[in-house]
Amino acid sequence: MSPTITTSSEANGNVSAATARAAASAAASAEASGPQPVTMAKALNTALADAMHADSSVLVFGEDVGMLGGVFRITDGLTATFGEQRCFDTPLAESGIVGMAVGMAINGMRPVIEMQFDAFAYPAFEQIISHVAKMHNRTKGAVKLPMVIRVPYGGGIGGVEHHCDSSESYYAHTAGLKVFTPATVADGYRMLREAIDSDDPVVFMEPKKLYWSKDLVDLAALRSAHSAAAKAGESSEGRAAVARPGTDATLIAYGPSVPTALAAAEAAALEGRSLEVIDVRTIVPFDDATVCESVRKTGRAVVIAEAHGFASVSSEIVARVQERCFHFLAAPIRRVTGFDIPYPAPKLEKYYLPGVDRILDAVDDLQWEN
Amino acid sequence: MTISADHTAQDQTSKAPAEDALSEAVKKFGIRAEDYMLPARHQIEMVDPDGRLKPEGEQGTEPGHEYPLPGDEELLAAYEQLVVGRRVNDQNSALVRQGRMAVYPSSHGQEACQVAAALCLSEGDWMFPTYRDAVAVMTRGVDPVQVMTIFRGDWHGGFDPLKHKVGIQCTPLTTQLLHAVGVAHAAKLRGEDTVVLAMCGDGATSEGDFHEALNFAAVFHLPVIFFVQNNKYAISVPLAHQSVAPSLAHKAVGYGMAGERVDGNDVVALLAVLDRAVKLAREGSGPLLIEANTYRMQAHTNADDDTRYRQNSEVAEWRAKDPVNRMRTYLTDRGLLDDDGEARIREKAEAVATQLRDGLSEDVPVDPQELFRHVFEKTTPQLKEQSALLADELARDAASSQEAGK
Repeated sequence: MSPTITTSSEANGNVSAATARAAASAAASAEASGPQPVTMAKALNTALADAMHADSSVLVFGEDVGMLGGVFRITDGLTATFGEQRCFDTPLAESGIVGMAVGMAINGMRPVIEMQFDAFAYPAFEQIISHVAKMHNRTKGAVKLPMVIRVPYGGGIGGVEHHCDSSESYYAHTAGLKVFTPATVADGYRMLREAIDSDDPVVFMEPKKLYWSKDLVDLAALRSAHSAAAKAGESSEGRAAVARPGTDATLIAYGPSVPTALAAAEAAALEGRSLEVIDVRTIVPFDDATVCESVRKTGRAVVIAEAHGFASVSSEIVARVQERCFHFLAAPIRRVTGFDIPYPAPKLEKYYLPGVDRILDAVDDLQWEN
Repeated sequence: MTISADHTAQDQTSKAPAEDALSEAVKKFGIRAEDYMLPARHQIEMVDPDGRLKPEGEQGTEPGHEYPLPGDEELLAAYEQLVVGRRVNDQNSALVRQGRMAVYPSSHGQEACQVAAALCLSEGDWMFPTYRDAVAVMTRGVDPVQVMTIFRGDWHGGFDPLKHKVGIQCTPLTTQLLHAVGVAHAAKLRGEDTVVLAMCGDGATSEGDFHEALNFAAVFHLPVIFFVQNNKYAISVPLAHQSVAPSLAHKAVGYGMAGERVDGNDVVALLAVLDRAVKLAREGSGPLLIEANTYRMQAHTNADDDTRYRQNSEVAEWRAKDPVNRMRTYLTDRGLLDDDGEARIREKAEAVATQLRDGLSEDVPVDPQELFRHVFEKTTPQLKEQSALLADELARDAASSQEAGK
């Protein structure tokens, strides 16, 4: 239990704390009951607010996250609710943001920091690789860094250069970092809460093109479910999800590629082919068991991701699945990834991104005549 | 300063206690804000290389830059630590020559900085050292052998930073300054009066993290003392190639904080300035920058050949400014140190040297499974697999060497 932040309310007879609690419960009951259409952005925003209510050592900071609520509005309203000491803007300096978060985590806080776009996290790379990832190990377990680095990633939004990169491979390759990436609205809530609760540093990759995707979700139910799971010491970390069951081949995807894989499975179904879609969810720790169970069942697999294919997370998935499932495979495992080119300008992005057609072409290539 | 969950609470961070201290100094001394922030025209020096206390008017102090002389008890404690520190530096270098350690970046000649950095802090304060600051960490109270673990080679860190409130000696330059800022920020949010000392060298002031750390500390008005040991070289690159600022202390004003230059071989001046800086920071002045003018008497490490880039005459010049000698003379002349005291202190220093020889000469058993234990707080199936693989490998090695032994 981290040292509590003393509230000024404790000085003036808990009046202010009561006001805050009232505001929080008002907000909670203002949520209609039962599943409602909720965007991933809203789910993430609610997860942050709920985490900040639950634990006063949770802090949010980064560029433009305060009054503006973040360029994607993920931190909308947090400063108004929790004050400038708990959700605040920093000077424009990514290494500074991550480095300061390391120090705050060393000294009892749980920072949830935002990198504005994934390619803008690079100035912080040394702090992430040399310190965030290594501190627990360097101190033989004495120091924990319970921090979350939120990174909007992926393309498909027609963004200019540097706004559409997929950098998850760098973090997945770095020993000591956990890498989570939700693909659904419910997972946006659940996995961000779990990332914040984790005593390990988590790079939380948010598929920006899915921020405005909507799903029928009951936020209150998710909140309770998380509470119960947290009390029981349970977490969905390391568990991939079967996003769509199937029998003929397995599509393995994460983040922004999951809806694309699902669309490909829909299209394939119309042609009589049953594709199972696995949503990896946590790249690190990776769920070998679920993925391999699927591939052993179907015997064929395609891995889909936006990032350049060479030396990528997709490469890793192929390597470990073929190591474990070789004798069950009817065909080599294929990858459908971005080309090994710098992410293109908006008008050319459609040629780069793994789309339904390219996925179905890869599926067709899985040696069905055998 | 507390964190309030009440969103109607006034934001106190922008109330600018900085301006209060600043306007106070401006009013009191009739100086401008920049005069307060810029370092005094001369470095602060109180005891000269010959061990003589300089007259008050010649110590470098000016309106807005005044530092009371430290008390005798503190100075005696400092001298003891200087002698121990010097002995530690030289013992560690000897252990490298004997092959017991791969490398030791010695602070020989910089002991005044090392000792003052530790002695100015209170128990609840934090220190963030670089790879050259082993003596400072030891002076702060960490067990000498634990401090040297990082060079003994059995692990990357030998002590618990949370227990001692000292960061592990940092190898990548300057990055620890941001950690210092974060520790201070967290303490401030909880209303604690912690002060954090962030140490770095002259070379480190060129790194981007130096800029970011000072800027963050100033913008958030944090109790961080940035203590720059200007020892004139970053391996072979001299100060003139790192910066052409009038001094490193002059960089402070760019961030809206005060900076001061001190004779880095004069532990009296160092304690005077650092003690005052820590007090000001604790009272809410915001961050401060102190540049200690010293010299790296030996090469970067044993692996470096300093004859390739500097003159013996320059080194000899600085030998005459030795921090330990001048303090011995000063205290002896003041009647605070006699032969008995000197002997007692030498004995203590020898005891530490023995502790180091013993601790660094023993063959510390390494447990290969430790490689997997501390990567995460909550481990992963993949790490368990790899741990099992290594265990199996080692078991087979053990079995086959047993076989071979038969």
